[in-house]
Amino acid sequence: MSSSKTDVRRYPGFLSVTLLCLLVLYAPLVIVGIYSFNASNSITSWDGFSLRWYAEVFTGSESEKFKIAAWNSLFIAIIAASCATILAVLAAMAIIRGGQFRTRQISQGLVSLPLMVPEIVTAVATLIFFNAIGFSRGHMTIIIAHIAFCVPFAYMPIAARMQGVEDSYEMAAMDLYASRFQAFCRILLPLMIPGIISGFLLAFIISMDDFLITNFVKGAGVETLPTAIFGAVKQGIKPNIMAISTMLLGLSIIIVSLSYIVSKFDNTK
Amino acid sequence: MKQKIKKSVAAAALVCVVTSAAKAEEQVVLYHWFEYIPQELLEKFTSESGIEVVMDTYDSNEALLASLKAGAIGTYDLAVPGDYMVEILANQGLLGEFKPDELKNFENIADQWLNVDFDPGRQYSIPYQWGTTSFSVNRDVYQGEIDQLSVLFNPPEELSGKINMLDAQNDVLALASLYLNIPQCTNDREQLKAINGLVQEAKQHWVSFNSDTTKDILVSGDVAASMIWNGFGARARVEGANIEYAFPTDGYIVWMDNVVLLKDAPNRENALKFMDFLLVPENIAAVSDYARYESGITGAKEHVSDELREMPELNAPTGGKGHFVEVCDAETQAVYDQIWTNLRK
Amino acid sequence: MAGGSTSGGSVKADTYAGVRHWLLAPSWLVLLTVVVGPLCIMLIYSFLTKEFRGGVVWEFNLAAYDKFFFDRGLFGDEAPRIEWTYISIYWRSILQAAIATLVSLLIGFPTAYFIATRPTTSRALWVFLITIPYWVNLLIRTVSMKFLLRDQGPLNAFLLSTGIIDQPLTIVNTDVAVQLGLFYSYLPFMVLPIYAAVEQYDHRLSEAAADLYASRWIALRRVILPAVKPGVIAGCILVFVPSLGSFLAPDLLGGARNFMIGSLIEDQFKGQAGDWPFGAAASMILLSMVLIVLIVAARRQARAKAAGGEV
Repeated sequence: MSSSKTDVRRYPGFLSVTLLCLLVLYAPLVIVGIYSFNASNSITSWDGFSLRWYAEVFTGSESEKFKIAAWNSLFIAIIAASCATILAVLAAMAIIRGGQFRTRQISQGLVSLPLMVPEIVTAVATLIFFNAIGFSRGHMTIIIAHIAFCVPFAYMPIAARMQGVEDSYEMAAMDLYASRFQAFCRILLPLMIPGIISGFLLAFIISMDDFLITNFVKGAGVETLPTAIFGAVKQGIKPNIMAISTMLLGLSIIIVSLSYIVSKFDNTK
Repeated sequence: MKQKIKKSVAAAALVCVVTSAAKAEEQVVLYHWFEYIPQELLEKFTSESGIEVVMDTYDSNEALLASLKAGAIGTYDLAVPGDYMVEILANQGLLGEFKPDELKNFENIADQWLNVDFDPGRQYSIPYQWGTTSFSVNRDVYQGEIDQLSVLFNPPEELSGKINMLDAQNDVLALASLYLNIPQCTNDREQLKAINGLVQEAKQHWVSFNSDTTKDILVSGDVAASMIWNGFGARARVEGANIEYAFPTDGYIVWMDNVVLLKDAPNRENALKFMDFLLVPENIAAVSDYARYESGITGAKEHVSDELREMPELNAPTGGKGHFVEVCDAETQAVYDQIWTNLRK
Repeated sequence: MAGGSTSGGSVKADTYAGVRHWLLAPSWLVLLTVVVGPLCIMLIYSFLTKEFRGGVVWEFNLAAYDKFFFDRGLFGDEAPRIEWTYISIYWRSILQAAIATLVSLLIGFPTAYFIATRPTTSRALWVFLITIPYWVNLLIRTVSMKFLLRDQGPLNAFLLSTGIIDQPLTIVNTDVAVQLGLFYSYLPFMVLPIYAAVEQYDHRLSEAAADLYASRWIALRRVILPAVKPGVIAGCILVFVPSLGSFLAPDLLGGARNFMIGSLIEDQFKGQAGDWPFGAAASMILLSMVLIVLIVAARRQARAKAAGGEV
């Protein structure tokens, strides 16, 4: 019985396609990872294993530039993701726990609007906006823009989680004369933590990842990691860029693994 | 978990404080061509003056203009436009004036570069580097004569489809005018049509329009010929490309890049200090050694390497026909824009 | 993602109904000023006049849209003809995005199905494997792709050494490179919604089909595909829409000759073109196209839902 069941589910060739899919996804990253250990100055020939390009990232002539860019990226991503997460939690409370109201649909559309507008359009609109109101470009413009487009990414996991949490707990608490605020702090918030962490991490990565909008709204000499890398690869792919890429790949894997473990931990609970 | 969030918020606040503290340092914000100034020189300036140099880069004079017009004015202190762009920026009111006595090394400017057409008396700019623009050809691919602009506009078969052009409207159209032997910025309709026809016809031979990757694609062999600046061509050759830089007999472009003070410069004093720094022969010679151009500063030649002095790219044949790019009027410029748009379609 | 599940369904919780306006106010404020407001200003800019050598003049006209659709010759005084340049850039972008979507679907569907039919324990690991590359910076992924595909790159070296080809393939700076780049950028967006849909699919339906002597492939086409259609549509939109306005893949992989919408618009603001009203108009046209796609898809989804509701 059970063997016939797996038969129906199985499609010949799907495994090979999946493996092909993984090959396509990983091949470029793995190859760049390998070449980042190349001793050669040239990116074409292989001269043996070496860590010189990793040393170059930290001590070379461009190290200062990339260090500042990395700090900028981190700083902007933390601020933007934190603000976006707060906005998303508040909005989710209203949309999911606020009953039926007339602007509910519109609010929901508004929150997910940045997802629907192509990134290049958002970039152009934001640039024109800052220019029209005479807001001079710098860190601040990047942060503001990032908060806006991070909101939907923070909202998705938070809203999904909030829907998964029964409201009967809060109701019970409020029946026992807990205030709305207490119900939120003591009941909903703790239950929401996994969703909030996922939302924050998603927003964080999206902010770290953004090139296009940042490139449009950044001020003089303010670089984030993506804009700095873009500037560098414009003149050709250099081995130190591969080293940076490989380190970022490692960092991403760590973050994703962390969020994976957080969700695992949550499931077993 | 709550603790963790609190910690990360605290970390964010900390980063906030650190960054704003870092911003309070003395700095000068430089808007510069890509790959043009050695990092060591910027570090030298910082160690001498305590002023940090923040640098952003662009890849064409036109891109510089577009960016300044797009609201970047007031955020940069200095830029390095080419000759004709100095004039355009000045006409647009985008430059900040300074008096010669505000720069103590002003007198180091070589006489021939003091009273230039694009900035008479040097009210807005100081000389930086000068060079020429024509093209380099990979000698492994093509061994024939390369002393004609036809190599770009009507190339031999070996080069067709393997040519890169600089992504720079005025330079490309100026070379086209030289090739057709018509005056730059002509307002004659037939001549303008001829330029349009020429570049449209030549487009089939051109594989890309890149400025910033020019050196790399010549070295890697991705293209067999490219329009290029002489010093950049020299660097590509030194990096291993078997290429030769041409001085076409029908003409090539001569240019001078200049350091200008921008309007509403946020760090005007520091900017002037940096300009003074670049007027010191030894310092500007370091730029020449890196970028492989010549400077307009008296005495700088003694500081550059012998190797540089003998580079074929920097030694134009006697009687070479170098021309500065001219600034067109609004009407002609509109047609130039249209030709460029047609070309880039 | 599939089928607007976030709209709350039957949950009628109203714990915070009394303060909902305060809760919504911050998001409204931020999104109205930083997203909606700028879009309106952009619309206004698209009707302004370009200033000589960049910038805008506050004179209203249709010049930017005129430039987009009509060619008035080198000197601007000829009778207008249809300007195919920009229309063809848009058309090519649509085509590129469509091909990338199709390829993503062809590879993404079997992958998603395969993963969703794994035992629960290994399923999460597969999903994890698919999502990791997505977390890597898009720029880095695109650069890696370019490195791999270069004329002298590892792919060509490999193919040459195995004797499959005897001349390096030129892939970078072609349409194929752009499609590969787009496909590579957004593939996980295709896999995840389909995976979510297949996961909820009741495999007893396939068994029933098999009992009725339907072959596997017929079951796939007649039973599974209709059931997971919302996931497929969601995946296609999530790949198609960002592909349409993408900048990095065409810019880094396509070279300057293969302009797509993203690079065309970027050039108006960051490049030499410096025509803000035209860039704003081009953005408005792109935005309208995307909204049309989204509305059509939403309608279809709603209809499919209504039709499927009876099952």
